[in-house]
Amino acid sequence: MIVFEKPKSLTDVPLHYCPGCTHGIIHRLVAEAIDELGIEGRTVGVAPVGCAVMAYDYFTCDMVEAAHGRAPAVATGLKRATPDNIIFTYQGDGDLASIGTAETIHAATRNENITVIFVNNAIYGMTGGQMAPTSLPGQVTQTSPYGRDVKTVGYPIRMCEMLATMEGPEYIARVAVNNVKNVRNAKKVIQKAFENQVNGLGFSLVEVVSSCPTNWGMTPQKALEWVNDKMIPYYPLGVYKDRSAAKEGKE
Amino acid sequence: MSEKVLMKGNEAIAEAAILSGCRHYFGYPITPQTEIAAYMAKRMPKIGGTFLQAESEIAAINMVYGTSGAGYRVMTSSSSPGVSLKQEGISYIAGADLPCLIVNVQRGGPGLGGIQPSQSDYFQATKGGGHGDYHLIVLAPASVQEMANMTVRAFDLADKYRMPAMLLADGTMGQMMEPVEFPDIKANKVEKPWAVTGTQMKRKHNIINSLYLNPEELEKKNEERFARYAEIEEKETLYESFMMDDAEYCVAAFGIAARVSKNAIVEARAQGIKVGLIRPITLWPFPKKAFDEAADKVKGFITVELSMGQMIEDVELATKCRRPVIPCNRTGGMIPSPDQVLSAIKKIAGGDQ
Repeated sequence: MIVFEKPKSLTDVPLHYCPGCTHGIIHRLVAEAIDELGIEGRTVGVAPVGCAVMAYDYFTCDMVEAAHGRAPAVATGLKRATPDNIIFTYQGDGDLASIGTAETIHAATRNENITVIFVNNAIYGMTGGQMAPTSLPGQVTQTSPYGRDVKTVGYPIRMCEMLATMEGPEYIARVAVNNVKNVRNAKKVIQKAFENQVNGLGFSLVEVVSSCPTNWGMTPQKALEWVNDKMIPYYPLGVYKDRSAAKEGKE
Repeated sequence: MSEKVLMKGNEAIAEAAILSGCRHYFGYPITPQTEIAAYMAKRMPKIGGTFLQAESEIAAINMVYGTSGAGYRVMTSSSSPGVSLKQEGISYIAGADLPCLIVNVQRGGPGLGGIQPSQSDYFQATKGGGHGDYHLIVLAPASVQEMANMTVRAFDLADKYRMPAMLLADGTMGQMMEPVEFPDIKANKVEKPWAVTGTQMKRKHNIINSLYLNPEELEKKNEERFARYAEIEEKETLYESFMMDDAEYCVAAFGIAARVSKNAIVEARAQGIKVGLIRPITLWPFPKKAFDEAADKVKGFITVELSMGQMIEDVELATKCRRPVIPCNRTGGMIPSPDQVLSAIKKIAGGDQ
């Protein structure tokens, strides 16, 4: 009896991620959602620029590699042309919350019927650990060597809170993958974000608070503790907007 | 629609695009091309198509990237400053070997420039524009009828060679009204087995991508692309030759500048100067051979451009600088008059006539 196996929607290509990186978990959760909804054959993913740039090799569905920050616009073009397909983007914090802020907000306000997986690890990983739009106050990075000084570079952006103020989007939630309980919850929320699209409900974004041991300069274990002690207090987990649930009086 | 109708150039592009089977338009308002967006906004919802006003030129071209990736005919249009914004996306589209149509109804620059007609995006259009080794197919219409015809041609060429095509018009072409007819335009359907339409669990996944971290692989990709470019240069170069049979001098001009030049050429001939015109219709590929052969016969060239002189460099290259090439330029939104062109012709024809 098989008790544990790789999701069908993941290829056999070995992941290139660093030891302790949580991208692997998040890829798996996305693939499980695709498997469980039985949508692999009509799903098209949009990979970002950043650590997950090669996500196109890891998912078995059709994939598109977008320019930095442009994934929601590319997904819009795909969805408008093939509305019966399930389109998801997989983006990091620099991609979604800095260079692609406009694309994110406008896809949300159009309630574009796409699913956005937003991996927030508070740093630019691929380029070697620079300050991200979501780096915490005081966080030391290559480009904030004395710690993020909010007086000169401003405050980290809380995307979920900001997007939840908008009329447009259907579903905005933040999860984490730093322990088993949170991973289990993340799985449910990510699946919900895909289900919403299958049901034609519209823009569904899941922010996944994530870790980057390599660029944070921590062991994987320490990094997960840092997620718990530092990240989650600044980025509280929860469902920030769920229009359908609110309509049904469930919220 | 086979009878003649009076239409603005911009509208002719939009109608021809629809007749070519384009059902997806993404754009952002900018003068002097907004009529294209307005036409699409009216028509697309009626015919089951997409008109979407994007949040930016950057988003618009990336929506084009997405729709083209899905295998559908798609276009965007803009004017000079907006086309600059699109360059990132155009480079990705070229790098991912995707077909699409980009219309640039040029206005004066640089910077915010002006809103009057210009041809000063010639370098940007023909030399790549964005980063990396690539070209666009660039078509330069000189009438409202050509705006329509070249839109059809651009879609076909883009699909045939899997690359972006650009219609490089100018504010005059976009705004002026002329009779135009739309003969039986066939919405050519091209098989696109590379498109990301969903695997339907029947094939391995398709990937639309321009990333090649292995330099040997990227070099090979670029070389393959340039092999295709060589084929396009061989097969798709277009130009018009006007009064060149016995010409001793040759005017080089495209778009609105070519129309002005024709008037000047007729007048110059009336005054006894044997002059003709070569009008590049494809700016890339540039009709190098036509100019090279002309250089064997004529004594000199006059380039007429609505810029400080950009195409002149291609004329000099094509003719290997064997004959003098003198510029007759207006810039900033100004259009040369036939008299100005005539003066330039007289200047090169010798003497202080």
